[in-house]
Amino acid sequence: MSKGVAITGMGIISAIGNNVVENYQSLIHGKKGISRVSKIKTNHVNDIMVGEIDFTNEALEQQLGLTSDNNYSRTALLGAIAAKQAIKDSGITNINAYKTGLISATSVGGMDMTERYYYDYLTNKATHKYIEGHHAGDSTQKIAAQLGIEKSLVTTISTACSSAANAIMLGARLIKSGQLDRVVVGGTDCLSKFTINGFKTLMILSDTYNTPFDENRKGLNLGEAAAFLVLESDKVVQEENKKVLAYVKGYGNANDAYHQTASSENGDGATLAMQKALEVAGYKPENIDYVNAHGTATGNNDLSEGRAIIRIFGDNVPDFSSTKAYTGHTLAAAGAIEAIYSVLALQNNIIYPNLNFKTQMKEFNITPQLELKEKPLQSVMSNSFGFGGNCSTVIYSKEQ
Amino acid sequence: MNKVYINSIASISAQKTFDNSLFLTEIENYEANVIPVINPNYKDYIPPAAARRMAKGIKMGVVASKIALQESGLDTIDAIITGTGMGCVRDSEKFVSAIIDNDEQYLTPTSFIQSTHNTVGGQIALELQCKGYNFTYVHASNSFESALLDAKLQLELDEEKNILIGGVDEIGEHTTKIHKLVNHVKAEAIKTSDVINAQTPGAVFGEGANFFVLSNEKQASTYAEITALKTYNTLPETEVLHEASNFLKENNINIEDIDLLVLGNNGDVDFDTFYTKLTEGFINTQQAYYKHLCGEFNTASSFGFWLASKVLKTQTLPEAVKLNNKDTASFKNILLYNQYRGENHSFTLLKQC
Repeated sequence: MSKGVAITGMGIISAIGNNVVENYQSLIHGKKGISRVSKIKTNHVNDIMVGEIDFTNEALEQQLGLTSDNNYSRTALLGAIAAKQAIKDSGITNINAYKTGLISATSVGGMDMTERYYYDYLTNKATHKYIEGHHAGDSTQKIAAQLGIEKSLVTTISTACSSAANAIMLGARLIKSGQLDRVVVGGTDCLSKFTINGFKTLMILSDTYNTPFDENRKGLNLGEAAAFLVLESDKVVQEENKKVLAYVKGYGNANDAYHQTASSENGDGATLAMQKALEVAGYKPENIDYVNAHGTATGNNDLSEGRAIIRIFGDNVPDFSSTKAYTGHTLAAAGAIEAIYSVLALQNNIIYPNLNFKTQMKEFNITPQLELKEKPLQSVMSNSFGFGGNCSTVIYSKEQ
Repeated sequence: MNKVYINSIASISAQKTFDNSLFLTEIENYEANVIPVINPNYKDYIPPAAARRMAKGIKMGVVASKIALQESGLDTIDAIITGTGMGCVRDSEKFVSAIIDNDEQYLTPTSFIQSTHNTVGGQIALELQCKGYNFTYVHASNSFESALLDAKLQLELDEEKNILIGGVDEIGEHTTKIHKLVNHVKAEAIKTSDVINAQTPGAVFGEGANFFVLSNEKQASTYAEITALKTYNTLPETEVLHEASNFLKENNINIEDIDLLVLGNNGDVDFDTFYTKLTEGFINTQQAYYKHLCGEFNTASSFGFWLASKVLKTQTLPEAVKLNNKDTASFKNILLYNQYRGENHSFTLLKQC
């Protein structure tokens, strides 16, 4: 059994940067990554805005040194880039020196290629290589191969927009219980016509910059991203004299059991998830210095989450903000993206501003943090909620 | 650490398995390369209006979970953990083709919502009003095993008492069509009894839902104890037997103590060799297979898990699943091995209670 679950490496690629340093610079300078979509041909181009990564697939393939006969979806490409960064950041040279697993999260999987070649498969043999790249486990198998993880525990979680938070949670539990010494956890999702049109039919896409926790919020911006973290046991940290960036201190998962795509008005599931995470951490609400909210800027989420936050923290709601205005909602990757932002907040004692906020919500009187704020931080709570009622909370801390 | 038990089972498959009082007494023989499930009367479990709206995968999952819950004697459950390789793939197909055919116009959200992988787990939570832990694993042929691993860990550590787990996948027309193009589905229709000796590439595709209530408390309905489980993203054919012995050794059990070896053979000439290699170390052991009965799908191994549970409780082995004949009279320990196309391997060890 390992007492602590140490984070020793991080890797990220998102609309606001191609690595950890670039992401942090954008965060503290209030630099958004939201624009019109350029890499997907869609009729909705003028109706929506997205958080898109600059690199083309070809550029990403080149960075990974892949030959032209590869069958990587964009989800797999982004995931492999971020996961490799995390391994490098953790200073790992021999991945198999310890029992190492990989837990990835995705909701889109290889859908970008499926929607491109859906009918072509029937007539054009050259496209057949992508058929097996469709299922959600495929990108994870490819990332494992890129990292050199063999004969080990490798799995994929798909619980919609809470997926990566759950990957981190499972990873932490596997380290704590001694099943693994080291585990790479995170998530990856690329933009696709499938998700653009799906969220469009649900009428929760904003036609302009998303505005979390604002009274006049119009919906979310979809984003694409991948982020991975290296979690290690006390044993590995000691033996390898590892620098610990932060610890996974608590985690909670609950189901709202209310509606397939909407959160309950009072945020029952969200409240339960936060409660459980505090219990696992052995914390009281006052131990939380900053909440990195799910804050998608949909009417439903921000109201439900806000109410749940008030239910947990009462009159003493800590500083909170959503970083979705920077990156867009990166779906299954969001929990890992925001895990890294939470760790960076701890390392730098910084709270990020909740961009684009103008008008206080009527239903309650809590207001997100609007300016960059320096403040000593001990622990940060990160929320991730998704379709199917899935609610997840992870607490990151400086202490073991 | 607590022991972990299988307290109830439920199976919707291409065989008549939804009635727990029967055990493959009557085999449905097919001559096909795709075999859908034999549907239970869904209306016995779900109001007809709701059933009409539900995707097949949701319907199968919800009904299987209700059968499992009923048999366990529980009204509620602490957690729900689902494994599915493809989710409700028919709805994914419907939404993608609608995007293309109608040039991104006139779309409705239903098929998008149902295509989300965790929709089955979410619907079960809604049906059972379970606000507890809810995960969905989507890792190809280790989707069900990941759910099993997660539940086992929580029950061992006493984090929960009763967990519903299951594997569910549905057949999608377009998905099957394109998998025929790459020879993952057999080109020819084949009789159920001939699948094992097919000597042709590809598998007979299937679908199904197999759900179980796992608990750290034994009760009258208990089928078996789950001794151990290990999953591998890769495993070379030459190392399968070696790895199996390591796995048994780690669990202090000898090859001779295994009374039944349950294998995931699907009749694919290119990949059944993994099983052949393993059996070389188990020549004196009774062996069984099952994918000729339920078809191949990402969570087909959950049918193997159902089979093994049933064998341990009833102490009988149906003729239709016998791969050899060793006249084994009592079944105490069962080892299961599965992989798909040489990837995502698993060993599962079950014990009589």
